[in-house]
Amino acid sequence: MLGATSAIAQAAARIWAERGDELLLVGRDPEKLAAVADDLRTRGGHVDTLVQDLNGDPGILAERAATADVVLLAQGIFGDPQRRDTDPDYAELVLRTNLVAPARFLTLLGPRLPRGACVAALSSVAGDRGRAKVGVYGASKAGLDSLLSSLRQRFQPAGVRVITLKPGLVDTPMTAALPKTPLFASAARIGSGIVHAIDAGRDGVVYLPWWWRLIMLVIKALPERVFKRLKF
Amino acid sequence: MFKCASVSESWGRYPQARHAREVPLAWRAGLALPATRPLLAYGQGRSYGDSCLNDGGTLLRTSGLDRLISFDPGSGVLRCEAGVTLGEILRLMVPRAFFLPVVPGTKHVSVGGAIANDIHGKNHHRAGSFGAHVRRMELLRSDGQRLEVGPGDPLFEATVGGLGLTGLITWAEIALRRIPIAAVRMEAIPFAGLDEFHALSEESDAQCEYTVAWVDLLSRSQRGIFFRGDHADGSPRAPRTQAAIPLDVPLVNAATVRVFNAAYRAAQKLSGRTRLQHWDHFFFPLDAIGHWNRLYGRRGFLQFQCVVPTPEALRELLREPLASPLTVLKRFGTARSPGMLSFPRPGFTLALDLPNRGEGTFALFGRLEKIAVEAGGALYPAKDARMSKETFERSYPRLEEFSRHLDPAFSSSFWRRVTQ
Repeated sequence: MLGATSAIAQAAARIWAERGDELLLVGRDPEKLAAVADDLRTRGGHVDTLVQDLNGDPGILAERAATADVVLLAQGIFGDPQRRDTDPDYAELVLRTNLVAPARFLTLLGPRLPRGACVAALSSVAGDRGRAKVGVYGASKAGLDSLLSSLRQRFQPAGVRVITLKPGLVDTPMTAALPKTPLFASAARIGSGIVHAIDAGRDGVVYLPWWWRLIMLVIKALPERVFKRLKF
Repeated sequence: MFKCASVSESWGRYPQARHAREVPLAWRAGLALPATRPLLAYGQGRSYGDSCLNDGGTLLRTSGLDRLISFDPGSGVLRCEAGVTLGEILRLMVPRAFFLPVVPGTKHVSVGGAIANDIHGKNHHRAGSFGAHVRRMELLRSDGQRLEVGPGDPLFEATVGGLGLTGLITWAEIALRRIPIAAVRMEAIPFAGLDEFHALSEESDAQCEYTVAWVDLLSRSQRGIFFRGDHADGSPRAPRTQAAIPLDVPLVNAATVRVFNAAYRAAQKLSGRTRLQHWDHFFFPLDAIGHWNRLYGRRGFLQFQCVVPTPEALRELLREPLASPLTVLKRFGTARSPGMLSFPRPGFTLALDLPNRGEGTFALFGRLEKIAVEAGGALYPAKDARMSKETFERSYPRLEEFSRHLDPAFSSSFWRRVTQ
């Protein structure tokens, strides 16, 4: 699990831990990682941790991940909107964390994955169509969607599944600053959706909850001259 | 779009409050309290009055502090973050044959809330209050200090039952108890009148771990059902997925309560005197209906819960025919609660829910409050929206000692109401 301290990753990990699964948690912050590991161990999981900035060299990580049944990529930053729109270095950091790091990691990992393995990566509905409010975050997720789609096709003959997970609005620390509406789902619900998608043998794009697929169909179908005037 | 997740009310929906800020907490490590004042931790919002509200202030939302830290199956001691709910603990620990030492009427409360209100349950006569089973906890004070406290420390005794006013509880250690698997053997015994209630309490408290009674105050004879139970071996079915009241439907009034009370009593008698029940059924029957507080409508309801030392005072309280669908009676044991502001004390506790009808309800609550206090009793802050400053001072004799341990940055709507 890459980005194991994210609220959504923790929710999925709890389900696996309670089943007694073996988990390798990867994240940047040792204290947060230890807190998550303690929680999962107490729930029954067999847990190992690896402290690593995922924007660094993914060599060791790819080696260890190659033996996993499931690789979950949950790293990502939403970024402070104002800074994201004005500071080019910060905009690049969002792109590096959300798109470049997964691309580097998957490039190394892909050829090593055995038949039957599953790569599941957290993208977002924000990648479906760029909006003023999501800026480069949306662009990073659109790029990730495209990358995952290409890997899915490429690994199909090798028997490796690639799942693109697209949560809508989720009540997590990442969205703490946003006003909560009835469209928000809990991290626990998204986490169980992820486990379910993996268990069910899904090998494609999964919206969480499922009805975001319908909302995004409508949003994607809006003509540009209408869309550009919208404020949401 | 309309907001739905910001906190403006407690479970009773009275009174209403507006908060300047709500800060979600997610990590113990590096936790820094915001600079805005006053602060109050908010877990699951299951208090009924205003003890979990902080009108005009900042709420520290603890639902993200929901990690377990360690569990020792040898001693049964669980260490977890303060935002973990009792329901989550039971879900994980009952399959390992452990149970919480004390549970309240709903499992949807946080560990921090259970400590801050020093909650009690149907086994008070055996186990005392929740705080008696807390081994250690960490308190984050607004001056940045992190203090680990345990039984015997004055700050521990101030924090147990301390209504969140001594700082933020970040984690706690609770001693769980070993149980046979998942079931409760319970008896539902119909009775009529307080004399029969007292006789049943006397007999049952000596034999059974859990005892509580439901009373129909609209019946002339004050009949009710006495429930008693013990953990047992067996595997009764878990409750099915819960239903929820989807919107405000003010259904509770004298006529519907009359019908409900008769139906409830009949259903209890029909189900048979002795039953093997799933723990979830036995302890948390109301949790089967999500948002049941909506049955009281937009204006909400008030609960009156007091403890009085004598049967005479209890009789006096129950003189009025009150249309409360959930009137609960229990005899507290003699175990001393560890908290300076703990509510449980020897005597009889009575809880009743009444719809908020404004001045009429307030006047009635005033009369009940007067009876309870003059008899040497006390009202329960976790359920209270009305008690006076005088009542609070008179019924919580360690108040002054407690005040020395207050964190100056913390306050609540309740606290300001009963101290200013």
